[in-house]
Amino acid sequence: MSGASITAEPPPKAAPPETGGEGRSRYRTGALFLLPAFILLGVWLVYPTIYTIVRSFFGQAGYLGTWVGIDNYRTLFTTSTLTTAIKNSAIWVAVVPAFVTAFGLLFAVLTERIRWSVAFKTVIFLPMAISAFATGVTWRIMYQQNPDQGAVNALGRTVSDAFTSPGVLSNGQPSTTALQPHGGGLVLKTPLHPGGVALLGLTGIAPEDMPQGSQQAAKPAGRSGAIDGVVWRDFKPGGGKPGVVEQGELGLPGVTVELKDSSGKAVQSAKTDATGSFEFTGLSPGTYNAGIGAATFAKPFGGYSWLGSKLITPALLIAYIWIWAGFAMVVIAAGLAAMPREVLEAARTDGATEWQVFRRVTVPLLAPVLSVVFITMIINVLKVFDIVIALAPESVRSDASVLALAMWTSAFEGGGNFGVGSAIAVFLFLLVLPVLALNIRRFRRDA
Amino acid sequence: MAATETVRLPAHRDTVAAKILRAVGKLPLQIFLAVVALLWLVPTIGLFITSILPASQIASAGWWKIFAHPSLATFSNYSALFHNAGLTGAMKTTAYIAVGNTLIVVVVGALAGYAFAWLEFPGRDWIFIGVIALLVVPLQMALIPMFRLYNTSHIGGTVLSVILFHAAFGLPFAIFLLRNFFIGIPKDILESARIDGASEFWIFLRLILPLGLPAIASLAIFQFLWTWNDLIVSLTFNVTPITVWIFGQLRQFSSSIDIIAPASFISLVIPLVIFFSFQRYFVQGLLAGSVK
Repeated sequence: MSGASITAEPPPKAAPPETGGEGRSRYRTGALFLLPAFILLGVWLVYPTIYTIVRSFFGQAGYLGTWVGIDNYRTLFTTSTLTTAIKNSAIWVAVVPAFVTAFGLLFAVLTERIRWSVAFKTVIFLPMAISAFATGVTWRIMYQQNPDQGAVNALGRTVSDAFTSPGVLSNGQPSTTALQPHGGGLVLKTPLHPGGVALLGLTGIAPEDMPQGSQQAAKPAGRSGAIDGVVWRDFKPGGGKPGVVEQGELGLPGVTVELKDSSGKAVQSAKTDATGSFEFTGLSPGTYNAGIGAATFAKPFGGYSWLGSKLITPALLIAYIWIWAGFAMVVIAAGLAAMPREVLEAARTDGATEWQVFRRVTVPLLAPVLSVVFITMIINVLKVFDIVIALAPESVRSDASVLALAMWTSAFEGGGNFGVGSAIAVFLFLLVLPVLALNIRRFRRDA
Repeated sequence: MAATETVRLPAHRDTVAAKILRAVGKLPLQIFLAVVALLWLVPTIGLFITSILPASQIASAGWWKIFAHPSLATFSNYSALFHNAGLTGAMKTTAYIAVGNTLIVVVVGALAGYAFAWLEFPGRDWIFIGVIALLVVPLQMALIPMFRLYNTSHIGGTVLSVILFHAAFGLPFAIFLLRNFFIGIPKDILESARIDGASEFWIFLRLILPLGLPAIASLAIFQFLWTWNDLIVSLTFNVTPITVWIFGQLRQFSSSIDIIAPASFISLVIPLVIFFSFQRYFVQGLLAGSVK
């Protein structure tokens, strides 16, 4: 006996008017059964709703305060913190219902083809049981910026390292002003001629960051027709003299040195050996610039600032979709189960591909269920509060703000403006009101 | 006709080979769904592992480090929490709110649902439409007036104030769900009881409640979880269940993570247990609420 499949029957007719006493007692019983519900709904729902609507036209404090007309609504649409909330809520409505419905549909259709669909559905549905607040805390741990702490950025680092490896000397700094920053790398200020020597001294490299197998550096002698040089750690215990290769200072192997001619065109590049030495040979006369390319100094992946002001809303959307995809999946799966299998089989027998069956048969037949999920999600998203307040650090709360949060902070934090708070609540109410019409229409169709 | 037979025959002849082929063909799908399931589990697992790591470890490395060093696991965070009067008090408050609200919503909702389904009184369907209309009122509409009202009465700051607020906002759905379920109970059962002289209250207690148990169970689970997980209502009315208590710690997220993580995990254990024990009712309630 499932509530969903039963159509409403006409209720038993009231007793005929002749037996007036019994009829009146029936009414009295009805009133008695309804009384507790009416008290609760009246005091906690109907009265507050009317009060809040009226209150939204009055000033900041007091039972009613002073009449301000539509000023509170004007504030709502002109104050930057509140328009941010409106804009964010619009983003939520534009993104979440579509993604949740799409994920739900995808999972519901795909799990039909595997043996362990119950296990899969349980896993996806699990976040629904968890509070939005606990979800916020959970994802805040996931989103920590340091890739050593936040799992999302750790994954990002793994991907990033697979494509661009961090430079050998990501923290290297020039030891003297002879080396100048240039396009992310370093270049020797003084131009060189063939026969010259390039001394590229670096500091700021921690001992544990030194490349494996580095040996004592040596200042090259210089050869005609060639430019010799050394890249070395211009630092030894005790300091040492900047710009001079000394005993105890190690060469930096594996560094790519680039040579450019006077027009700035790269002519050669060389890798340093274990002593940090490199050589460019076969050079025609002229002036050259030697430098170390940007790749050598490439920083390792530092993690995206998911909890910063720019990414906080996308971060919230991901976490929220994670919660609700399971809801969409379960509802859509129920719709799929109720679908006439013959129709699908007929399409397959007629030679339709799986994609065609999905696109031309499954989705159109599921349209009512999909729209229910979509509308439910719009309402949920408009009222979202807990996850924002739990996931967004206080410093970016105003960047992450949504309507329900703006209502709460306006009314109960800081200044405590009941007028503006009421106006936001009424605005929220107006946005979900169209759903009321849908609900009533559905009831009248069923009854 | 001929075409379908030529297609079917080989499949019948070598079922084993066909089965293997089909399984291999599904391998990409299996892998894809396995990866999705894993991704979906990671945040919850991460929270749990964070909750069993000593504070010094959480600050220096990610929770996944535990896979390399399982010996790091400790329950000292949890034992410290269970001796924290603030948290144990908050847990009690959460339990009171969730149980109290569930009881009130089920009883009051069932009474009203029965009246709307089986009792005759003037304007019944119109009143019912009014109740449905209340379904969409966002609770934000009532926060300010009830905050004011509570502050000027003795009820402010008590568990009861939160319970009654939740109960009122749970009622429209409860009445809607139960009325639709009760109306499907066969009329003959009620009529013969009435002819036998049973009172409406007896019918409600002895017939409607037992027969309506599946719907009542779904409703109770939903109400329980909804209030167990609530933050905004208690936060507004200055009552401290576990969510509000954790919220108070969030300001020092990094330094209090050894409190926040285990407390958050404690707060979601009960919902998970309920979810796994009553999954069927949970899903039923969900469908009744959305697919109707």
